[in-house]
Amino acid sequence: MIWIKNGKVVHPDRGMVEPLDIIIDHGKISRLVPQGIFKNEGQVSRTINATGKIVVPGFIDMHVHLREPGHEYKETIATGAMAGVAGGFTALACMPNTDPVNDCRAVTEFILEQARKASLLKVYPIAAITKGQKGEELTEFGDLRQAGAVGVSDDGFCVTDSDLMRRAMEYARYHGLIVISHCEDKNLSAGGVMHEGAVSTQMGLKGIPSASEEIMIQREISLARLTGCPVHIAHVSTAGSVRSIRRAKEDGIPVTAETAPHYFSLDHTAVMGYDPNAKMNPPLRTPEDVAAIKVGLKEGVIDVIATDHAPHSSLEKDVEFDLAAFGIIGLETAVPLTLALVREGVLTLPEAIKKWTINPAAILGIGGGAIKEGDSADLTVIDSDAEYVFNIENIHSKSKNSPFIGKKLKGRNTLTMVDGRVVWERDAEHTSR
Amino acid sequence: MVMFNHKHLVSIKQLSVEDIYTILDAAESLKEISGRDIKKVPILRGKNVVLFFNEPSTRTRTSFEIAAKRLSADVVGFSTKGSSTTKGETLIDTVRNIQAMSPDLIVMRHYSSGVPYMLARKIDIGIINAGDGINEHPTQALLDLYTIREKKGRIEGLKVVIIGDIEHSRVARSEIYALTKLGAQVTLSGPPTMMPVQAESMGVQVMYHPGEAIQGQDVIILLRIQMERHSKCLFPGLREYSSFFGMNKEILKYIKEGAIIMHPGPVNRGVEASPDVMDGPFSVVLDQVANGVAVRMALLCLFMGGNRD
Repeated sequence: MIWIKNGKVVHPDRGMVEPLDIIIDHGKISRLVPQGIFKNEGQVSRTINATGKIVVPGFIDMHVHLREPGHEYKETIATGAMAGVAGGFTALACMPNTDPVNDCRAVTEFILEQARKASLLKVYPIAAITKGQKGEELTEFGDLRQAGAVGVSDDGFCVTDSDLMRRAMEYARYHGLIVISHCEDKNLSAGGVMHEGAVSTQMGLKGIPSASEEIMIQREISLARLTGCPVHIAHVSTAGSVRSIRRAKEDGIPVTAETAPHYFSLDHTAVMGYDPNAKMNPPLRTPEDVAAIKVGLKEGVIDVIATDHAPHSSLEKDVEFDLAAFGIIGLETAVPLTLALVREGVLTLPEAIKKWTINPAAILGIGGGAIKEGDSADLTVIDSDAEYVFNIENIHSKSKNSPFIGKKLKGRNTLTMVDGRVVWERDAEHTSR
Repeated sequence: MVMFNHKHLVSIKQLSVEDIYTILDAAESLKEISGRDIKKVPILRGKNVVLFFNEPSTRTRTSFEIAAKRLSADVVGFSTKGSSTTKGETLIDTVRNIQAMSPDLIVMRHYSSGVPYMLARKIDIGIINAGDGINEHPTQALLDLYTIREKKGRIEGLKVVIIGDIEHSRVARSEIYALTKLGAQVTLSGPPTMMPVQAESMGVQVMYHPGEAIQGQDVIILLRIQMERHSKCLFPGLREYSSFFGMNKEILKYIKEGAIIMHPGPVNRGVEASPDVMDGPFSVVLDQVANGVAVRMALLCLFMGGNRD
């Protein structure tokens, strides 16, 4: 039996924060008790003092790249899981753009087997929509679902063929898989390396217009209306995208959406100086887009925050800006960047936590995401006041491609528990070092 | 001694107005060397310049080589075709290899925007940007400033129009930063498909129609149509381009008395301008080339410590 005492417990499902003690037994939350009542009569094997800290349901990241199989020099499922638990995550949903692509049962099962061996957090594979992510033939959704996939996506690519996307949505719904769409018109974005705007003009870099994202979001909304099948829009980055999704939701179309912390924390001026760690797809947009993303989060147009954790080694990043790979790591900066939104008054603490917990859990259909008696004890204890400089030495991910290196951040995870087991602790790590 | 404290020439943006005039004045004092019978002075004797070009260049490379040799520096060329990564060596490794041979300066041309910024962060020897992707070509802008000052007597207060493929022109970006910094008024003209988005954010005005744009301008800079950089469909064809955006006798009726026409070269004759315009009285294209040597001599002196010691 574990006793987490004196913490402020965040209930994203009820929109409140409550001082409660949590009693964990056999991997489950057995009791939630008002503070000062519970007495340890020898039955407690471990007491966790959460005084001055907040206790939240374990973060669920529904959009990460774990790179295994195929790109183990960037990340493995074990190192990605380690970065995850250090960042406050208890579950990750990993995208299929591995090598080979996760487009069949064998790869899905391999991923789950590697996750079991790592034994740190829960891994939910997202399978490819099309074989080899080539946009030509559907994968075997039923077989993939049985193997353990929770959704389908060709993330990194957009399914260009609208008829194929329609069939994918219809078929995925039958099998209970969420379709996650990476929205990008590749003809419009071809050759682009950053947001198309004043900064790309001044830097002489080829731009990616906002329209390349917005056109495909509008298509997915039309297909969701046509088929009645839910679609989830990955990494929303523009004001126009937020407008389209808001209107679709008002019309009752089954669309959900996510954004990533960098889209509300940075704008395209971060690219100045040609820093490849500010290169991602979709690109960092304008300050007006950043403001619209925040409003979208506030209004619930954007349901989820996900990191789009995309590890790349120096081989892909320490090169000419044009040639550098898109993407940044995000698991270990999610907590401070999210708390910054709360301090700024964009979201209340429970609203912010909801976007990392019950909302992604509901969209993926994996359950959990709240702190309730009888639920799995997937919990994260956060020190929201800790101030520190985010250094390369702090990073557990195998890759170090973050634009936040050297930046002052506030708030961080101190302990992560999965199924009642403490899988990571800041203090333990620091004393053992 | 003149104050000049830059290790690299990455961008026009890094230079102050004083820096720019320091370079132009140095060029002016060095220009007469090229008119001598024995065109060599020992200013940079014992210094080593590497010309590292990974994109084709005739003019800029030759100009730098002649400039360095007139100053008695030793010049070594280092060319790669396309990306060095295709050979398994990264650009940084290549440049570190060059650095290990202890040259005093690298003059660098690269097809990818921003490369000089990246290298300046990573290596110890000075770099002069001889063109990076579609971003900047600072030495071309400086030689154009020199030519404008030589022909018009000043730069501040002049009206300058740049016509053509602005989006894909590193010359245009450097010219815009340099001219606006020195107080000239810059107008951009050309087909909308070749105009970068939010071009006005660079402190210029945009007038698409070249016939309107050239009116009242002191300087007209034509840009090369860079067929090799166009992915697709930016304009329907050269014939269409030359008839709507090219300079010809017809359009020259609108030109201001005493205006000059410039072109960074190489010229697509009959496209950006008809032959009679290129060879006509307004054109200063060959003066630009001649001045290029003087300006690059000045830069080599200033950046290789000729004046810093």
